[in-house]
Amino acid sequence: MDMKRDYYEDVQLFTSPVVIFWFAVLIGSLYLFPLFAGNYYVYVANYIAINIIVAAGLNLLVGYTGQISLGHAGFFAIGAYGTIILMVKAGFPFLLALPSAAFIAACFGFLLGLPALRLEGPYLAIATLGFGLTITQIIGRVELFGGRDGLHAPDITIGPWVLDTDKEFYYLLITLTIFLLLFMRNLIKTRVGRAFIAIRDADIAAQTMGVNILYYKTLAFAVSAFYAGIAGGLYAFVLRFIEPEIFTLLMSIMFLAMVVVGGLGSMMGSIAGAALLCWLDLKLRNILDIPYVGDWLEQLSKHWFSITGVSNIQYIVFGSIMIMIVLFEPLGLYGIWIRTKKYWRTWPF
Amino acid sequence: MIDLVQMIVNGVAVGSSYALMGLAMVIIYKTSEVPNFAQGEMALISSFFAMMLLTSFNMSVYLAFFLTFVFAVLLGGFLEFAILRRAKEPNVLGMIVITIGIEMVLLGFVSWKFGADQKTMPFPIGPYDSFIIGDIFISKLEVLTLVAALLLMSVLFLFFKYSKLGLAMKATQQNSVAAQIVGIRTNRIMMMTWGISSLVGAVAGLLISPTIMHPFMMWDPMLKGFAAAVMGGMTSLPGVVIAAYMLGIIENLFGGYVSIEFKTVVAFAIIVVVLCIRPSGLFARHYVKKV
Repeated sequence: MDMKRDYYEDVQLFTSPVVIFWFAVLIGSLYLFPLFAGNYYVYVANYIAINIIVAAGLNLLVGYTGQISLGHAGFFAIGAYGTIILMVKAGFPFLLALPSAAFIAACFGFLLGLPALRLEGPYLAIATLGFGLTITQIIGRVELFGGRDGLHAPDITIGPWVLDTDKEFYYLLITLTIFLLLFMRNLIKTRVGRAFIAIRDADIAAQTMGVNILYYKTLAFAVSAFYAGIAGGLYAFVLRFIEPEIFTLLMSIMFLAMVVVGGLGSMMGSIAGAALLCWLDLKLRNILDIPYVGDWLEQLSKHWFSITGVSNIQYIVFGSIMIMIVLFEPLGLYGIWIRTKKYWRTWPF
Repeated sequence: MIDLVQMIVNGVAVGSSYALMGLAMVIIYKTSEVPNFAQGEMALISSFFAMMLLTSFNMSVYLAFFLTFVFAVLLGGFLEFAILRRAKEPNVLGMIVITIGIEMVLLGFVSWKFGADQKTMPFPIGPYDSFIIGDIFISKLEVLTLVAALLLMSVLFLFFKYSKLGLAMKATQQNSVAAQIVGIRTNRIMMMTWGISSLVGAVAGLLISPTIMHPFMMWDPMLKGFAAAVMGGMTSLPGVVIAAYMLGIIENLFGGYVSIEFKTVVAFAIIVVVLCIRPSGLFARHYVKKV
């Protein structure tokens, strides 16, 4: 398809004026979106954008560096609680509190990265899983964090502006998301990203070639945790109220599912996976309201199942998607996209 | 002193259910190197199946339990045959995601079928029947769990060491190509492994269900069992049982003397510390990876 002749062709963001044009159209439509969309759709977009940030961060760890994390809800929680507490208790402005909280999350990521140097496979899975559960438990039991009662998010003020509606928050969120994704893309294309990929493909060989495993593995955990922290801080303001019950193991599983469903080791994949699973999540919460399918499911539930448990169908849907993707398309949605593109490029041959 | 003994007894009791779940996971990991996150939900669906037989079909306990064990074996074999075997390029992450997917499907199915509220299991031994020795209380159910865990561990240990099938399972794990060459049908061995593991899980599920019965009941025992399995080294049957009792006892002592609030998380903190010191668990030989 496209041949890369030298290093600079590989790293450049825009390969042709056409790409610049479409990129501008995309950015423009993202910024114009709230003018045409209703409040609910802006809320959905906010929810998706936050999950895209986490998925991109987790993809750096899972897809590019080849580690496993079942504890990202822990970093997410640190970001959320950190931001609110720094704003309310320490009086930080929002623009300072958010990166500080994310930095705290990154420090925890670094700490979790240290045992991860010696662990792999199921051992790493249980260690990260334990970390996520521990964070949620500690937050739920400590008075400073509001205990089981949770915390309310204050209004965000940036200079003269007060962001108190979903639409205003959308502009902040979309700017941050674009910035973070571009940063991630650049990180992956540079020497750091190549070190990550080398560690994923063969860590001992990478070490032999002079890649500092200690530095890059902990860096991958820290950057990934930083992204989850930023997303957590923003999520607190979308929900406006946070409690420890939100940040469960199920959330970590959903983050991992987004990355795997979207496609390991691709930014497009993280975006597609996060968007698909978030949209399904919001839709399936009220599964009986979906036209045609809803009525049929209601009948089915009354006859064979229980009507009180009908919302649990969402677990069946997510589980099936995860199984199908690994069985039939290990590259995820991104793999499907590549295949479609190749098919049409060479059509009718 | 009485407190201490009572705590240790409670620890041993709770450790037994972790040990059963851990054993079930280790059996699968020993043969196929799949960390099976669906273990808890496989046990969950078996115990709900038993409840359905007992309440809706009014079966006798022995018949219902027998049918449940048959169901568990078939379920395990079916999952291996229908899903795990179809994975194209199995790697650890893919297997973890598949088993988590199975877990979510089974969880969703059970809570759709039976609703998410607390149920009561018509088990012949109630959760409050207990023996009193001196000043120490032991519930009959806990004794039964302890006996089941030790019995199953010994049987499985002997099975893996001396029986033909057990040796074939070991051979499959160590080198599946060589095992095929000497005439072992590795596919069928895998299916049997999943069946046996599902059976062990179902025993755990049935013994937990009198005290707590709702769709999320197996999460804690499954995660702790997994933790014990990892601590014991993932491949050693006595290792996982010893680790499970250690976790149970430490958890209870921590709850009694340090902080009752952080009792449930201390197991994971121990896991992280143990793994930092011995990355392959306490009772496994450390194996050095080559390029």
